[in-house]
Amino acid sequence: MMKRFKGMDKASRDTLITYALIIVAYAIMQALLSLHAISSSMVGLLVPICAYISLSISLNLVVGISGELSLGHAGFMSVGAFTGLVAAQVLAPAIPFGPLRLLVSMVIAGIFAAVAGVLVGIPVMRLQGDYLAIVTLAFGEIIKNLLNNLYVGYDGALHFSMKDVASLGMNGGKVLINGPQGAVGITELSTFTAGFLLVLFTLFVVTNLVNSRSGRAIMAVRDNRIAAESVGIDTTKYRLMAFVVAAALAGMAGALYAMNFSSIVPKKFDFNTSILILVFVVLGGMGNIRGGIIAAALLTILPEKLRFIGDYRMLIYAIVLIAVMLFSNNEQVRMAVDSMKSRFARMRDDDVIDDAAEGGEA
Amino acid sequence: MSRDDRTHEVSSESKRTEGTYKAQSERAARGAVSSPSAEPAPSADSKKGHGSRARTKMVAPPNDYLVPERDALLTPVLECRHLGIDFGGLKAVDDLNLMVGKTEIAGLIGPNGAGKTTVFNLLTKVYQPTRGTILLDGQDTAGMDTARVSREGIARTFQNIRLFDSLTVEDNVKIGLHNQVECGMWSGIFRLLRYWLSEKEFHDRALELLDVFNMADHAGDIAGSLPYGAQRRLEIVRALATGPKLLLLDEPAAGMNPVETEELMDNIVKIRDDFQIAVLLIEHDMDLVMGICEGIVVLNFGKVIAKGTPEEIQANPQVVEAYLGKQD
Repeated sequence: MMKRFKGMDKASRDTLITYALIIVAYAIMQALLSLHAISSSMVGLLVPICAYISLSISLNLVVGISGELSLGHAGFMSVGAFTGLVAAQVLAPAIPFGPLRLLVSMVIAGIFAAVAGVLVGIPVMRLQGDYLAIVTLAFGEIIKNLLNNLYVGYDGALHFSMKDVASLGMNGGKVLINGPQGAVGITELSTFTAGFLLVLFTLFVVTNLVNSRSGRAIMAVRDNRIAAESVGIDTTKYRLMAFVVAAALAGMAGALYAMNFSSIVPKKFDFNTSILILVFVVLGGMGNIRGGIIAAALLTILPEKLRFIGDYRMLIYAIVLIAVMLFSNNEQVRMAVDSMKSRFARMRDDDVIDDAAEGGEA
Repeated sequence: MSRDDRTHEVSSESKRTEGTYKAQSERAARGAVSSPSAEPAPSADSKKGHGSRARTKMVAPPNDYLVPERDALLTPVLECRHLGIDFGGLKAVDDLNLMVGKTEIAGLIGPNGAGKTTVFNLLTKVYQPTRGTILLDGQDTAGMDTARVSREGIARTFQNIRLFDSLTVEDNVKIGLHNQVECGMWSGIFRLLRYWLSEKEFHDRALELLDVFNMADHAGDIAGSLPYGAQRRLEIVRALATGPKLLLLDEPAAGMNPVETEELMDNIVKIRDDFQIAVLLIEHDMDLVMGICEGIVVLNFGKVIAKGTPEEIQANPQVVEAYLGKQD
């Protein structure tokens, strides 16, 4: 087993370690939950952490793998969040079983977010670099403002309006999305296990995509666009593919996130949220999916843990961020880590030699 | 030496076109490399003198192409007619006529700034030509983009190496194989049977190609960390992986030592023999050019100043002048 693990190429070994990390973390949290060993504020954070981890993985596909700086990820998250909410309400009579309803709603949320991804992606993919970043930022804000003016009601049929509740023309029924007041009275379908499964699914999709023909093409465009074109790769197609897959996954995470709360407003998905997700990716190392996962988990917990210092907590949060960035980019630190790594590698090699000498199966 | 002696019927109504042809013929004659075939005699029919035909003057199209004898009867893999591009007022390439035979190793040489790399960029549609036609294996490439031209069969390497630096050597070649092996996004994400079959094919073919340059041992290395010479070789392998009909090499021997250059020459010939493709290369190393190129085109200030075999080029006074300056 161990030998097979060592014989694998680096990419699939990395992926397996990441899967293992997530599963172990989930098992530990479940154990702690059953022992009632964690505070209620932490319990409330479990689903958001899963959602943010999932968002960090999907944004990593755009920023790290495809190499495009997207500042509108929260926009796709919000499209998913609100379509997911509406779908869950509409499907309530048809699918009484909660988890299944959540699953179906998340799939629908993913599809709608993907459509939004295509619509935004087509104009955006004409741009590169800073211009692309600015335009994605703008589209994120546009989506937020559209949702701020969206009214959706359900009385056996869906009613939409961009004006006010009265113009929905409902007879009876329920207002699902109420403009800037967002959605209220949400059935809280999201669970920690659902979040865990979504994280696994997101990781599965992104890592499998990256280690396939399409993923290589995406990375080729990132590394050298002209060379990628010269070997016959349709650069726009693969940039758009990364963008849309990430949008779909963000939509699913958005649905999970929204259905964790009893009410949610469009303002939640503003520029700050996009930047927050980007911070996870950058702090974890662009293109480093495992790093992004760890960063998402830690940075979601950190403000909660800093609550005791009151008003200064965002200040400390910023200082921690800067310190981590400086520390992880420090040449000396990196050299120290490298030398430690090579020492470990040597020790492991010695083990292998010992195993071979003893003829034992490691 | 065989010469393409087809006569084209050209109705030249505009004086400008006629002038171009005349200048072309004169230049070719001066170059003493090849002379245009005999001017077609005015048609006997013209005596009847009906309508506009009487005013038509027949001239020979540019016809100073050279290809190896074995390729003479095959469609040339590349034919450029009156190819040109302007950057503002500068005619970077002007009236380039070029033919590369199906299995020819051809050289494109000239002093610095002569427009050699611009020609490659025109052929691969990095730049869209201002004038002229490019026929790839008889097919007009007008309106195609870089990716499409690559799929149709032109592969290239770059003067300043452009590898996918952060990826492994094997992945670089697999990306070259992108259009040779099919596997859609869904098969990739959900690991369907198609994925496993295609990955096996990708892997096998990548290693097979790397073996051409004995690089299979380095398959797992990061491309950006390879030594310079190996990066150049990897670029050639990646270009070969696209399954080209014509391989464009932009200074393949730059930065290589004489031993490596010697090896490279053997390898280029071997690639041509094994894959039965044509090679057009830009190179400043004259040992390499004169050693393996069968036909050579010399470019200066965006214009062709000579075409011919290595021997003819070496003896050509205009080429000597372009490289060394005029003797008083």
